[in-house]
Amino acid sequence: MLAWAALLAFAAVVPTLLASNYQLFQLTMVAVYAIAILGLNIVTGFNGQISLGHGAFFAIGAYVTAILMSNYDWPYWLTLPVAGVACGVVGYLLGFPALRLGGLYLALTTLALAVATPQLLKYKLLEDWTGGVQGVTISKPDPPFGLPLSQDQWLYLFALAVGAVLFLLTANLVTGRIGRAMRAIRDHPLAAEAMGIDVAQFKTRTFAVGAALTGIGGALDAVAVQFVSPDSFGSFLSIVLFVGLVVGGVGSIPGTILGAVFIEFVPLVAQGISDAAPGAVYGAILIAFLFLLPSGVAGMLRSGWTRLAKTANAIKR
Amino acid sequence: MLLELRALHAGYGDTQVLHGIDLAVPESGVVSLLGANGAGKTTTMRAICGMIARSGEIRFAGERIDGLSTEDIVRRGIAHVPDGRGTFVELTVHENLRLGAYTRRDSAVASDIERMLTLFPRLKERLAQQAGTLSGGEQQMLAIARAMLMRPRLLLLDEPSFGLAPLIVQEIFRIMRRIRDDGGVSLLLVEQNASLALAIADTAYVLETGQIAMSGTAEEIGRDEAVRRAYLGY
Amino acid sequence: MQGLLHQLISGLTTGGIYASLALALVMIYQATHHVNFAQGEMATFSTYIALTLIEAGFPYWVAFALTLVTSFAIGAVIERVLMRPMANAPVLASVGIFIGLLLIFNSVTGWIFTYTLRPFPSPFGEGAPLLGGLVSRHEAGSAGVTLAVLVLVFLFFRFTKVGLAMRAAALNPVSSRLVGVRVGRMLALGWGLAAAIGAVAGMMVAPVVFLDPNMMGGVLLYAFAGALLGGITSPVGAVVGGFLVGVMENIGGAYIVGTELKLTIALIIIVAVLVLKPSGLFGRVVVSRV
Repeated sequence: MLAWAALLAFAAVVPTLLASNYQLFQLTMVAVYAIAILGLNIVTGFNGQISLGHGAFFAIGAYVTAILMSNYDWPYWLTLPVAGVACGVVGYLLGFPALRLGGLYLALTTLALAVATPQLLKYKLLEDWTGGVQGVTISKPDPPFGLPLSQDQWLYLFALAVGAVLFLLTANLVTGRIGRAMRAIRDHPLAAEAMGIDVAQFKTRTFAVGAALTGIGGALDAVAVQFVSPDSFGSFLSIVLFVGLVVGGVGSIPGTILGAVFIEFVPLVAQGISDAAPGAVYGAILIAFLFLLPSGVAGMLRSGWTRLAKTANAIKR
Repeated sequence: MLLELRALHAGYGDTQVLHGIDLAVPESGVVSLLGANGAGKTTTMRAICGMIARSGEIRFAGERIDGLSTEDIVRRGIAHVPDGRGTFVELTVHENLRLGAYTRRDSAVASDIERMLTLFPRLKERLAQQAGTLSGGEQQMLAIARAMLMRPRLLLLDEPSFGLAPLIVQEIFRIMRRIRDDGGVSLLLVEQNASLALAIADTAYVLETGQIAMSGTAEEIGRDEAVRRAYLGY
Repeated sequence: MQGLLHQLISGLTTGGIYASLALALVMIYQATHHVNFAQGEMATFSTYIALTLIEAGFPYWVAFALTLVTSFAIGAVIERVLMRPMANAPVLASVGIFIGLLLIFNSVTGWIFTYTLRPFPSPFGEGAPLLGGLVSRHEAGSAGVTLAVLVLVFLFFRFTKVGLAMRAAALNPVSSRLVGVRVGRMLALGWGLAAAIGAVAGMMVAPVVFLDPNMMGGVLLYAFAGALLGGITSPVGAVVGGFLVGVMENIGGAYIVGTELKLTIALIIIVAVLVLKPSGLFGRVVVSRV
């Protein structure tokens, strides 16, 4: 626990003082993706429900924020909980039918959702709100209380704070009774049912929570980028989140952060090679990880750490 | 000897079921493998056909087959009628039979199928029916017919009487005697119904918790006190 | 009335393409219980191969045939190299592998052939529409080709030895091995065949929507919907489902929600099927014995 607090303090202070505005933006995006992947991890990692459409919740969250800010002049920070709730509701409604059947069918349905999302966002009838193909632009928020920070510095700290809170809450959820029930459903669904857990209801609620988290990530994304448009929320986004989940470590909370770092920085490296490279890199790394490192970087680090600890213990004796 | 097992070990994952058994099936003979539930009879059949992990020697017609895949083993002349029949339930009776002849390249397939249908008239009636709709006895006959269409040199039968009414069992054993009498095929029979198994066999083995407890001619085994009390009920 | 008829016929034509892709999906599902999420991207890649051959000077139908052969080979190789080791993996892992394949095919296509839209020739000519203006020449030809493919596949599975063996391997691999069927080889064959069918779908769709690396994204979705609607365990169902989805998409798009929301129709169909009748119209519910 102390280690995490120290890490958080370090993350809050050092980049704010040393990083350039652009670098701060990148780190803000890491926080954004971390929260988004966290939502996916709850659903897939801890509850075993495969979602290939979490990008849709990201999009909903982003659009809720953008619309509230641009059409109704809401302050940016107030839009976040609304985005979360909205996505939670949508997640619950969607979870209802799809989660009754497992694995493959859910993956199919969520992928369908991911593919259909941009079209939905461009829909003429909703254009007055969504801005159609052109999307919505919002303004960058200023630091509150006249603090001596640049906009980018403040955004970074804000994102960090939101992320820290959400991670803390999720960690609590996952280590407690509910978390155990989640994992029981993931690993032994029949036994869980036999033990009296209302599996269907549980799965749906978990899906709602996962959707809400990713929605908040999307909301933050809108604030950080100051722009939302339908084509930035295509099926590729959902797939990228999935890749981040696997690379970081399915079912690992610290892994979520590693996954976010991966998806923020890899495309930048890959795009240097060619426009098409990011996709291929994602695909190749995804397959490589599934074959070689199925528990992701977090899993690899954890077993490395365990081995180190064992060796240290052995030497002590 | 057509089939020879030497020090055969086999099992499922971490569980070892066979702890080194020796067994032999001669050319044109009938061998029965007796034993209680869990003794390892089905495991032996599966080991011969390469369906599970095994170690030890298995020789068929002098050639070692213990390292081959199932498809390669059966192509050498071993047909296995598994416990549970192994019917392709979604396919028709005719398609099941055609699959029996899958590996054959000769032109006698059609006439062989005709022969099988004469031997099993009930199958002829149901040729276009989905195999899953057949009764247990009919599915057993289908499984045997399918195996015979492979023109095997060795026929493995795993619990052919399982779950079947006595009259049907009689019919099936009558067919097996016919197959034996026609010659050209050896039979290795696993049966819980010990008296039937001993009646049709030349030699018999008794398997107990993964090891051969007794072996000899069917007569000898049938007369043995311990066997009679344990497996024949008197 | 004329308009409705045209939509119907158009729907059946695109439905033929969805039916082909749905059939490919169901073939792989039957044999492996996996859904090949990358089927669309593989088809797009195949279509680009065809374009390359055509631009190199090969006559259309020669390029068509060569593309089928190449696609078959690619499918078979992927099965051997990637799918074989993943046979017993958990669902999450296998889904991930398919997604990875999707990404790789999509990016490699974009990298080799660039993202500019390219026209793809139709072998049926640009002449006057047929049937009194109801059907374009390409629509009619495309319908004919997809129908021919479906009939050939049906005949193959029904009446040939290998077709029977492939069905058997998909339905009961253990018993198949006991009659000497090389199950692994059948799986590779199935993948190859599915890839070839996908290539046909791609080459029929490309003249209409123009060729670009993301061409099949939406088509795959409709194929999913069709496969689910017809019953993912039934090849006949998949074909029927594909045609139905084609008609529904066209009529729904023309008269109900407008063409911009057509993909949503697919989504709605998928959700509706899963809620109301998960086994689809012709499929059987897979009962898992506890």
